[in-house]
Amino acid sequence: MATSIEEKPDFKWIGKSIRRVEDPRYLVGRGGYIGDIKLPGMLYTAVLRSPFAHARIGSIDTGEALEVPGVVAVFTGQDCKEKMNPCANFGPPTITQYPLAVDKVRYCGEAVVAVVAESRYAAEDGVEAVEVDFEPLDPVVDPIAAIGPGAPVLHEEHGNNLAYERIFEFGEVDDAFREADVVVEDKLHWGRSSGMPLDTCGAVARPALNGSLEVYCNSLNFNFFIWLVAAALKLPSNKFTVIPVPAGGSFGSKFFAHKVPTLAGFLALQTGRPVAYIEDRLDHITNSDHHGSDRYYDVRMGLKSDGTITALDVDVVDDYGAYLQFGVGTHGNSLSQAVGPYRLKNLRYRLRAALTNKCQQGAYRGFGSEVQNWVLERMVDKAARQLGMGPEEIRRHNFIQPDEFPYKIPTGNIYDSGNYPAVLQRAIEMLDLDKWRTEQERARKEGRHIGIGVVTTQERSVFSSTEFWFWFDKPAFPLTSSPESVTLTIDPTGEFQVQMHSQAMWGNSPETVAAMLVAEEFGVDPYKVNVSYADSAHSLPGTGPGGSRFTVMIAGAVRGASKRLRAKLFKIAAHELEASEDDLEIVEGVVRVKGVPDKSRSLAELASTAYFFALNLPEGVESGLEESCTYDHPYTTLPSDDRKDLGVFYPFMGHACHIAVIEIDAETGTHKFLDYVAVHDAGTVVNPKTLAGHVTGGAAQGIGSAMYEELVYDEDGQFKCSTFMDYLIPTAMEVPEFKLGHVETPSPYTEFGIKGGGEGGRMVAPAAISAAIDDALSDYGVRITQLPIKPSEILRQIETGTQS
Amino acid sequence: MAGDMRSITLTINGRQLSRDVETRLTLADFLRDHLDLTGVHLGCEHGVCGCCTVLLDGRSVRSCLMFAVQADGHEIETVEGLSTDIDKLHPIQEAFSEEHALQCGFCTPAMILRTKELITNDGELSREEIREQLSGILCRCTGYQNIVNAVVSAREKMHDPQVAGR
Ligand code: FES
Ligand code: FES
Repeated sequence: MATSIEEKPDFKWIGKSIRRVEDPRYLVGRGGYIGDIKLPGMLYTAVLRSPFAHARIGSIDTGEALEVPGVVAVFTGQDCKEKMNPCANFGPPTITQYPLAVDKVRYCGEAVVAVVAESRYAAEDGVEAVEVDFEPLDPVVDPIAAIGPGAPVLHEEHGNNLAYERIFEFGEVDDAFREADVVVEDKLHWGRSSGMPLDTCGAVARPALNGSLEVYCNSLNFNFFIWLVAAALKLPSNKFTVIPVPAGGSFGSKFFAHKVPTLAGFLALQTGRPVAYIEDRLDHITNSDHHGSDRYYDVRMGLKSDGTITALDVDVVDDYGAYLQFGVGTHGNSLSQAVGPYRLKNLRYRLRAALTNKCQQGAYRGFGSEVQNWVLERMVDKAARQLGMGPEEIRRHNFIQPDEFPYKIPTGNIYDSGNYPAVLQRAIEMLDLDKWRTEQERARKEGRHIGIGVVTTQERSVFSSTEFWFWFDKPAFPLTSSPESVTLTIDPTGEFQVQMHSQAMWGNSPETVAAMLVAEEFGVDPYKVNVSYADSAHSLPGTGPGGSRFTVMIAGAVRGASKRLRAKLFKIAAHELEASEDDLEIVEGVVRVKGVPDKSRSLAELASTAYFFALNLPEGVESGLEESCTYDHPYTTLPSDDRKDLGVFYPFMGHACHIAVIEIDAETGTHKFLDYVAVHDAGTVVNPKTLAGHVTGGAAQGIGSAMYEELVYDEDGQFKCSTFMDYLIPTAMEVPEFKLGHVETPSPYTEFGIKGGGEGGRMVAPAAISAAIDDALSDYGVRITQLPIKPSEILRQIETGTQS
Repeated sequence: MAGDMRSITLTINGRQLSRDVETRLTLADFLRDHLDLTGVHLGCEHGVCGCCTVLLDGRSVRSCLMFAVQADGHEIETVEGLSTDIDKLHPIQEAFSEEHALQCGFCTPAMILRTKELITNDGELSREEIREQLSGILCRCTGYQNIVNAVVSAREKMHDPQVAGR
């Protein structure tokens, strides 16, 4: 069972807000991003993109472009089709894609022609000079119409626009609804937004020795799947090396974003020279395969008259866009915490994945589970209002209690530990809820509209790969691995090297975490630990950041490697000190005999022996001090054959309560934050300051998805927001000051009890904001049912008294 | 037009230099590609994100919206002008690290330069005013709170006679 805070072991580094070890290079302008990489003889790429949502590609005239000074070569989808295999694909095999469109374009902005030139300026000139004949086809924009009869088909080979459909049923859903005293229903729409990091995806590919290809890239995690990219390029997997490059943000959007390195690799192979393909903002917004969930819900919730939630029926159509690279994994994510923190037993979940003429979906912070959080909280709020219960009252009434863990939810997933009432209570106290309720009343008398939104949501962490395939009865590749590795070296002078084995630096703090954990294990200074990243030719299996997994997984790997390294150190030290290994301890970088502190050896002394004095080593011990560990997901199980139980796939369950206080101007529909409290439980916290950064940064993105950001396509499928003038990322003016709190219920299943918290505030903020706006305008019967929330919609509801 | 060249002379991080540049070369590309000042970041190249901010005669400008030839005769400062020595950071750089005001670091040079401009020119600002003054630069990671903290703390450091003047 979870250790309580009182029993928490005494850590030296874990739990301290130390400055990040990553920072210095960024502060002096030496971040080493993909755009900073310049290789001798390197060429640059610019891409011609489709102006149409849906069209057949006719003739392409590249003659004039090839005349442009500096242009070296021009490639089309036909070249790709002839010389490579389709791109890596985790979706249906009938929906294939190439880095440049073949025969048909399926969304506005899809890549059609790549021009490679001596400079980016020349490459752009070349794009200007390319002529393409498009024969426009009828666009498919509305996802509901797309899967209805008579819609034009995107992928002839697939046959229709329904990429996937399934109904999961857990418990006795119909009975529960029959026996319910109250049933609330709603139609909800979560609009399309995306991670939109300020640094785009990019890759620099270089033909290397003996027919191999090296690719510097900021968007390939899952190094044990990089062979899929090699396969697309028709290269043997051992002739394709990826060198991970840190990125200026991902938020999911770079999660195995494979088309950019695939294109760069293709162009390098074709030209025989190093080629950079780095998206510009237009490339990224329109075409980066990273748009977030775009879901249309019909939802019903059944309750008893005392407020006990008994059943949930979710019917969702998700507009996946033109391709389906990750299948429907984002709904696997929803199912990991589908019932939230509530003791809800009966669940039906129907998914239809629609294909439309839009950019395909990728990952965005939450990977679809943040949407389920919003939907569930919207329904709980609606039920509370109908039953005349307060938002905190209905939640408390339904919470899974601290003594019920580990708790198995109807889908089969396990929640490891938690204390939901404590999190809620902490948030209420930090906000001073009573004070705000009084203030709200007072303001109401003055004709002002203040609303308080209280929500409590889950924050699952550390995915298991089963969520990508339990959707299928006969999955083609029922993967169960999602490991993370580390190599720990004490060098000949006693200094620590940590090598990570995946693309890990996207703005999170993997080096700080690894350095702190090594410091914890060996009692050394974390700032003296050097951290680096292995290229894929030298790497052990690594999955990289995603689904708030990295801290938990790297902690497991560091612990494992530390144990092995310590064992070797102790063997050598025991031999030198003529002591038993069992009597040794390591304190502040010194191995000593317990109770006899002057019988000791420093790490530098032991390293010297290990590297230089083989004859002094004990029998059977090899020279050197390096150990690795590959840490597998510590708790995952297979789904049952009938899929009545999806198994354990996301068990380290964080939790959060956000309370937003918002004032709405009923004349203009605009809002102002008056207060905002966020309390999270991510188990044992390694570095409170970096975790807090994920909460505030995630909440800012949640505010974006809730109120500003929308990737808009018009009825012709034209993309209406290809710049930052149209896609509105919140600035410092739109994001309020947050008051942050933390409750720690360590996980019983992970090293140190850590749970992931990287997706932070985005898991929660949209629900809190929606609830606050409803509350502010309850006199008008306003109810938020679609995101992003626009002032015009608020005014429409105020004026007409109807919800959308 | 492609190919048109002009000679320019300007001061960059305290050093005067002359170069022949294509007239259509942006100031950002000039700084990054010709002078290896990689602290100038390109987040949008259309004047919104502010990541390419540099100081031109002490005032922030978006170097993606200027041509290099327009900087002829001017003084430019990039983040490299504060310090490139990780063991001897400028107080503003220190403040950003202490307050955890950077995650991916992509907006950071711009935020640091803007902070320098604010501290130099704008006196005491409230947190609200700092937010307003920073709102021309996007940060996708931090949610801004720690950046505001860093500006406040940098101002205190710079007004401390021990560290001021660096
Ligand atoms: S790159 Fe200049 S404002 Fe975005
Ligand atoms: S730290 Fe990543 S954009 Fe600001």
